[in-house]
Amino acid sequence: MRIRFILGEVASGLRRNSTMALSVVLVTFVSLTFVGAAALTQMQVQQLRDAWYGEVEVSIFLCPENSLYEQCAAGPVSPVQEDDIRAVLEEGSVADIVDEVYYETREEVFENIVGADETGVYSQLEPADLGPVFRVKLTDPEQFQVVADATEGLPGVEEVNDQREVFDELFRFLNAATFIAAGLAAIMMLAAVLLITTTIRLSALSRRRETTIMRMVGSSKSLIQMPFMLEGAVAATLGAVLAIGGLYLSARYLIEDWLHGSIAWVDYVGRDDVWTVAPWLLAIAVGLAALASLATLGRYTRA
Amino acid sequence: MIRLDNVSKVYTRGARPALDNVSVEIERGDFVFLVGSSGSGKSTFLKLILREERSTAGDVFVAGRHLNRLSSWRVPHLRREIGAVFQDFRLLPNKTVYQNVAFALQVIGKSKRDIQTNVPEMLELVGLAGKERRLPHELSGGEQQRVAIARAFVNHPPILLCDEPTGNLDPGTSVGIMRLLDRINRTGTTVLMATHDDEIVDQMRKRVIELKGGHLVRDQDRGVYGLETV
Repeated sequence: MRIRFILGEVASGLRRNSTMALSVVLVTFVSLTFVGAAALTQMQVQQLRDAWYGEVEVSIFLCPENSLYEQCAAGPVSPVQEDDIRAVLEEGSVADIVDEVYYETREEVFENIVGADETGVYSQLEPADLGPVFRVKLTDPEQFQVVADATEGLPGVEEVNDQREVFDELFRFLNAATFIAAGLAAIMMLAAVLLITTTIRLSALSRRRETTIMRMVGSSKSLIQMPFMLEGAVAATLGAVLAIGGLYLSARYLIEDWLHGSIAWVDYVGRDDVWTVAPWLLAIAVGLAALASLATLGRYTRA
Repeated sequence: MIRLDNVSKVYTRGARPALDNVSVEIERGDFVFLVGSSGSGKSTFLKLILREERSTAGDVFVAGRHLNRLSSWRVPHLRREIGAVFQDFRLLPNKTVYQNVAFALQVIGKSKRDIQTNVPEMLELVGLAGKERRLPHELSGGEQQRVAIARAFVNHPPILLCDEPTGNLDPGTSVGIMRLLDRINRTGTTVLMATHDDEIVDQMRKRVIELKGGHLVRDQDRGVYGLETV
């Protein structure tokens, strides 16, 4: 009986206050979409980091002829120097973090560069201009600096290069994007709380007659307040559901179809990740409504 | 059933007290008129009993409860033992007669069966059988007040508080309402009625408590409205 009573009151309250309820739905929709987008961006960053760092290699460039680097002043790398460097990598102090060492001859390096070049910028290049390269795969990509310290300065080494630097710029961009989305989400959530507060207040005022009678005949405080709290919660939850729907469609069509279709080699977040975020969005929606109720109800439905 | 021991109520510090050292006892089954001009403290008296206000000094006992010590979450239980009727009826305009009375039971969690047996019984008692589906604006003032009384009494509380229940009604209609209250009183219900209606008080010849400027100036069995008080 009481549950039906409460649900009936919630329904009539939402109907009577429909424009207000709609605005709550829309504001929570937008704010939670930002929250969800921020969360998904972070998940994407983590996923890329896991995937790419595993692929990343440390490149040890060896001295070519006519190098401009000071440490190559003695001339191109000699076979003895190459063996020494390989020995450091495979048997020295860093051997346990080195997974695999692959030697690329200057002809292979040349092939790789010219083969990948569609612009013709490198067409003047000769294999003789290049030095061979050790490509080193690490068991733990974070340990780059240890390998760099061990090999930099060895005779015949021109430069040691970590490919992570290329990605770090992208990650910094994605982190900044997360930050902006989270900031906008915070502002929108504040707006949502204020709107829900106003909605509850209007609703309580428009039903003052009912609540007065309820108080008079001795209904409990919780029963008097419950419909108003639920009204806010229902509207906010509806907003969360819309946000989840929006994120789901974005993941489905923007990421999985469009992005994946044009840049396929990246491992993107997808619909599964939206489902991971969804319960949190619902929880935030209910939390916002609860916060607004706490702020309002004491004053407008005095027992 | 209701006892006030040296009760005073001051709304704002320094102002004249709305009630000043009032002691009175109302037994189970009494019918009591509470009379006095506007501002005499009648409303404060009723509010203290309903625990809408707390006394500044002195003790208030209602239906075996010491209201000074009653925690606020138990107040709803107190109010289920007190029916309240007001001058302005306070009906819900978009609910029918039946729904208005049923509402009082719904919101204290009574079962559907309780509601289905009690509400028609109560409408019968107040003389509104056959008008269950009317809306308040389709009823006369007297009928609306009967609905309000039905709502106040449908839970069979031991106490019925009436604040000027005939204030908006013509004399003929008022007599009908008084007969109804008298009938409810005869079931053993304590009735406390604040009123300005001297004719009714004089006619009924019940106990009269008179307040003046917050003081209790008269407590008389089988009294009349404006006796030779100073």
